[in-house]
Amino acid sequence: MALLQISEPGQAPDPHQRRIAVGIDLGTTHSLVAAVRHGVAECLPDAQGRVLLPSVVRYLEGQRRQVGFDARAHQAEDAAHTIASAKRFMGRRLADLKVAAQLPYEFVDQPGMVAVRTRQGLKTAVEVSAEILATLRQRAEDSFDDELFGAVITVPAYFDDAQRQATKDAAQLAGLEVLRLINEPTAAAVAYGLDHSSEGLYAVYDLGGGTFDVSLLRLTKGVFEVVATGGDAALGGDDFDHLLASWTLQQADRQAVSPQDKGALQMAARRTREALTDHAVATLQCPLDGGDLRIDVSREQLETLTRPLLERTLAALRKVLRDARVQRSDVLGVVMVGGATRMPAVRRAVGEFFGDGGHVRVLTDVNPDEVVALGAAIQANALAGNAKDGQLLLLDVIPLSLGIETMGGLVERIVERNTTIPVAKAQEFTTYQDGQTAMAIHVVQGERELVADCRSLARFELRGIPPMAAGVARIRVSFQVDADGLLSVSALETGSGVQASVVVKPSYGLGDDQVAQMLRDGFAHAQDDMQLRALREAKVDADRLLLATQSALDADGDLLSDDERRSIAALVQQLRELAGGQDHDAINAAVEALAKGTEEFAAARMNRGIRHALAGRSIEDV
Amino acid sequence: MNIDDDDFTLFGLAEGFALDGAQLDQRWRELQTEVHPDRFAAQGEAAQRIAMQWSMRVNQAYQRLKDPLKRAVYLCERRGAPVDAERNTAMPREFLMQQMAWREALDEAGDGAAVQELADQVVQQEKVLLGRLQELIDLRNDMAAAAAQVRALMFVARFRQDIEQRLDTLEQ
Repeated sequence: MALLQISEPGQAPDPHQRRIAVGIDLGTTHSLVAAVRHGVAECLPDAQGRVLLPSVVRYLEGQRRQVGFDARAHQAEDAAHTIASAKRFMGRRLADLKVAAQLPYEFVDQPGMVAVRTRQGLKTAVEVSAEILATLRQRAEDSFDDELFGAVITVPAYFDDAQRQATKDAAQLAGLEVLRLINEPTAAAVAYGLDHSSEGLYAVYDLGGGTFDVSLLRLTKGVFEVVATGGDAALGGDDFDHLLASWTLQQADRQAVSPQDKGALQMAARRTREALTDHAVATLQCPLDGGDLRIDVSREQLETLTRPLLERTLAALRKVLRDARVQRSDVLGVVMVGGATRMPAVRRAVGEFFGDGGHVRVLTDVNPDEVVALGAAIQANALAGNAKDGQLLLLDVIPLSLGIETMGGLVERIVERNTTIPVAKAQEFTTYQDGQTAMAIHVVQGERELVADCRSLARFELRGIPPMAAGVARIRVSFQVDADGLLSVSALETGSGVQASVVVKPSYGLGDDQVAQMLRDGFAHAQDDMQLRALREAKVDADRLLLATQSALDADGDLLSDDERRSIAALVQQLRELAGGQDHDAINAAVEALAKGTEEFAAARMNRGIRHALAGRSIEDV
Repeated sequence: MNIDDDDFTLFGLAEGFALDGAQLDQRWRELQTEVHPDRFAAQGEAAQRIAMQWSMRVNQAYQRLKDPLKRAVYLCERRGAPVDAERNTAMPREFLMQQMAWREALDEAGDGAAVQELADQVVQQEKVLLGRLQELIDLRNDMAAAAAQVRALMFVARFRQDIEQRLDTLEQ
């Protein structure tokens, strides 16, 4: 009998088997991490067997933190320093937060993003989210007893550029390699689409804790094409709770002033709303400063109270159908996502909207709390190159139009909403005055005509334009939105070649230096030694590139001349040797050298891929 | 096959105004299946960058071919009769009169039903104009006339968008 082989700890025998990629649903109320194991996507539980992690972080004395259930357990008593629903503050200014007054926090407005004052100083949503992500990363690494190759993180489809960038920064802070940001409704469709192998037009109705998203997708042979998306970035289950909380105070003629009272009432309202899903009547019970609040609420009362919120979701649904130029009857099914879709009134309203008893199926069979994380895990697995069929492809869109400010505070749209990403678009502008040598470029996002009504994303200047008469200069402004939905903008005066560019990044006080500083301070990985971490990351990068290069050589090595093959082999050899050592700078340099040395090879492979695609067509056509 | 090929060659379609929309959609999905950055997520930054350029190029061509007006602008440009809408604003008097009548009708439309009726009219008119455009390009190859027709259609498309915006507002 052959002896069983056992590999060294942390080293799987087959390098292709150890790309552990996870999907993370960074939710307003709960967050989850999922992965594909043995071909099936499943949510990873914590040591107590719980898959949901409450998105709550408590900042204690002495730099200590609690995350998840422990934090939530103290939410009522220590409300001011226990941050919940931080996702609602992502990439937001204080003025954007309509519910700020109802929340138990001391908000401090900062350029770019609002922060909360805690015992441990000012904390933005990016830092709070990084704590949650780091906890989930730890959970995944414990589950697999190995390092992660990368993660797919989900964001609401309606998130604008600032919110997406903030999410990506949080991941970086948590030490996660982001394979892709994908939209929550798209992820949910993936989780369903693969189970049902469906084709046709589907809607996703995603009512989360703090956001509402609706997307229309066309499914064709493993391609998930988002046709249109919409929603409301400031509407979610939390708003149902706020309405219920205010109403009970009014009924009982009481007030909740202190942070503790506000926090306790909000939690009591959520418990009551959730209880009303299965019961016709529930009692809202809450300890307040002036004695306990106790009031019976019927499901009917809740539904009447929150009907306007439900109507807002239906209006968004109508708008998306119009954007996509399709009829309600074209939709084959509706995927319900988010814990708030458990409310009977929500399911009923959506069913009625599409014509009850008709052909539209309201899909609720995957747990609405888990479906997004499961879809993200399936996509992460495919991106890591683990999926066997490899036929899954997501084609997503930008949710909001992008443009720049022109004379008179008007917006000139450059990329329209619902355009498939990645996308590059350019438009020419000219100078306003004779002899104008600079141009201020203000990038905005939104659907309104006036700059003041849109979200300001970035400002930069193009300087050194040669003096010309007004209207003669030709300034080409180019927008590029990558596959994560993130924008970069550049401007070029075509006559003189003067140019300027900016990666659109909100300035909420977290520059790259500060991120590095936080990592040094041991934020989110207190035990880690910085040097060791840098070395480990360099080795992971090296490993990743070596694997990629090897599989490229295996597949398309015949594209290379002997010289080219030798030169790549030398770079591979050099990187291999260095990767075994301890010098992370040297490893990084060798990684860069190999990446550069294989660039032309990569281009040649792409060309072959395209030719291959076209060849497939001509055979069918002939 | 080259990233600089024209849109029709890139999609393997015969150059012309008439186009099989279903075939275009299918070709787009096939091409993206080959070039999308997600296909190369595990293959390093160089591959990502090149994939993104290809994917953007494919999307650009798809957007341009899918929309009849953009497709016509592209064909006019390729065949030496650029539409140049900013500099050529002269329109036949009859056309302008109809535009003004429509604008007035939109201003006076009191409810959703009236706006919808106007929208239907405009869509109908757009169809007629697009039919004529196809004849000018595919049958007569009269690109100067086609460019003028495109400019007229731009007015109509703009007006249709205004109507849709009004419908959005009425619904909220």
